[in-house]
Amino acid sequence: MARYILRRILLALPALFGLVLLTFVLTRVIPADPAATLAGDAATPAQLAEIRARYGLDRPLWEQAVTHMRQVLSGDLGSSIFSGRPVMEEIVFRLPATLELTFVALLLATGLGVPLGLLAALNHNGPIDHLARLISVGGLAIASFWLAIMLQLIFAMDLDVLPLRGRIDVALGAPPTVTGFFLVDSLLAGRLDLLVDTLRHLALPAVTLCLPGLASIARFTRSGVLETLQKDFVLYAQAAGYGRVRLAAIYVLRNAVTVTVAQIGLLFGALISGAVAVEAIFDWPGLGTYAVQAILSADYKALLAVTLVVGVVYAVVNVLVDVAQALIDPRVAEQVK
Amino acid sequence: MLSVEGLSVRIGTGRGQARILDEVTLSVPRGGTLGVVGESGCGKSTLLRAILGILPRGTQVPAGAILFEGRDILADRAASARGRIGFIPQDPYLSLNPVFTAGAQILEAMRHHAPGTRRDHKAKLAELFRAVQLPDPEAALDKYPHEFSGGQRQRLLIAAALACDPALVVADEPTTALDVTTQREILALLRQLTAARGLSLLFVTHDFGVLAAVCERVAVLYAGRVAETGLTRAVLDDPRHPYTRMLLGCHPDRAVDLTGIPGTVPAATAQPAGCRFHPRCPLVQPGCAREVPPMLPLAEGHAVACPFHALPLPEPALA
Repeated sequence: MARYILRRILLALPALFGLVLLTFVLTRVIPADPAATLAGDAATPAQLAEIRARYGLDRPLWEQAVTHMRQVLSGDLGSSIFSGRPVMEEIVFRLPATLELTFVALLLATGLGVPLGLLAALNHNGPIDHLARLISVGGLAIASFWLAIMLQLIFAMDLDVLPLRGRIDVALGAPPTVTGFFLVDSLLAGRLDLLVDTLRHLALPAVTLCLPGLASIARFTRSGVLETLQKDFVLYAQAAGYGRVRLAAIYVLRNAVTVTVAQIGLLFGALISGAVAVEAIFDWPGLGTYAVQAILSADYKALLAVTLVVGVVYAVVNVLVDVAQALIDPRVAEQVK
Repeated sequence: MLSVEGLSVRIGTGRGQARILDEVTLSVPRGGTLGVVGESGCGKSTLLRAILGILPRGTQVPAGAILFEGRDILADRAASARGRIGFIPQDPYLSLNPVFTAGAQILEAMRHHAPGTRRDHKAKLAELFRAVQLPDPEAALDKYPHEFSGGQRQRLLIAAALACDPALVVADEPTTALDVTTQREILALLRQLTAARGLSLLFVTHDFGVLAAVCERVAVLYAGRVAETGLTRAVLDDPRHPYTRMLLGCHPDRAVDLTGIPGTVPAATAQPAGCRFHPRCPLVQPGCAREVPPMLPLAEGHAVACPFHALPLPEPALA
């Protein structure tokens, strides 16, 4: 098992290396010129040249790439070419915000999607199955920006039961930073009022973000359970006299969710990119809004750093997914040997 | 012990009602062994599922009873019979859940149907694993199915069938998925264990060789009806039903060359009237298509559902 995990981690490294190189090349070959954006419209050619020289933008592309890789490997993600502040500073503050949102959304999607898929399969072609299909199709078809605005209109404006935007009430202030996750930090500080407020702020963006994930998790679980129910070992377990609930909820489900769990890894990528739109609408101070700003201002250092951090998070999540799969199905780890 | 009386099973399909079993009557005495033989599609599996109480959804049972230890387990689906009837499935590769340990899967059934604590169950299971000659019985509890060979898995399933102290063991061609050597070992083990514990055994197979090795009595099933029943030796040595005679003619051990029976087993949705074998029967008479032949008793509990059982088969049919 330890070997299996190590192997998964080692396999993630070349992917991350490729990611750094690819994004670097991409940000440098697009027509946006960071020097021009930085210097402003009235800049003279001499000023432009001076800025290019300062940031090394006048060097050949390969040389810039090598410099960049060297910096990344030494743990230095550089400074924003706008604020001049180290990019890492900004990311340390914003990453937990995005992770908190995506993890809660993932939790909702899994916590609701798996039981929904299971019930749908056990009620094959029954009313619950139809309801689940409606949710699945709807969840994938509804645009998240539309849903976000609708939820804001209903719950924040009309009913006025949930906050419209932001991560926490400004009047209350953020909990003292330990992990950067407000849910954790407010608990650590023993501030239940902050915890409740954080949850209230999380509700609408998390629901918006989780819906497509919930839809596909429910679908995968449903088809996994239906497929498993056809297996000989289910018939055998029935003959052996297993309890009905245990048979469905544990014996069948554990087989069925191996596909779902693999799906969660892929889904996480979709969640993070979905977070960009959701963060923008709910004014969530996460990586998504930061990335949008960076793109609009051609702040390539910030952009590269965000991509790398998201890539690392994605890789970590996928290693965790692989481990989870191996724990659920012992054959997975065996096959790799 | 177990007696199936006049059991009929129907399944509604898109192409009409499938008559899977029709007035099937057979019994397994206490400590006795009965083999049920027939080609695929004759209703063997449905018979097993009816006995095990796991008939598929949409199945109707218009007539019949299954008496087990004096109670009709068909009418009273109560779990009382579960655990008292052990089941050995056909395919040891597909019948165990790949993501649970062998111990966990068997203990789950014991939790419902065997007295005692989990610790008792584990101790008992380890003992059973030893009895079925699994290597390293204690460690086997925590192994996953894929860590066993096919023969070992079948041993595991035999242990599972015995785990709740059954009075009857029902086996569904338990050796077809195994190679011949393993097959022989498993059959010997099964015979030895059931005899030592005084268990009744209902053994479904399509293999007369296996049948002769395991069962005292036999019931030959054709298209959902019992064609012939009797002591295994008597039926094998002197088959009376034309179907049994031709089937035995088909068996490579008994005939010089393999004679197929002309025609195919009728679809369950389109069973012929009268005797179901008559469209393929070399002895067919005009009356065969009209009347269902009754079981005619011969000597020693040997009975046959054919009024023309005394006639010789024409030469080409026997080759």
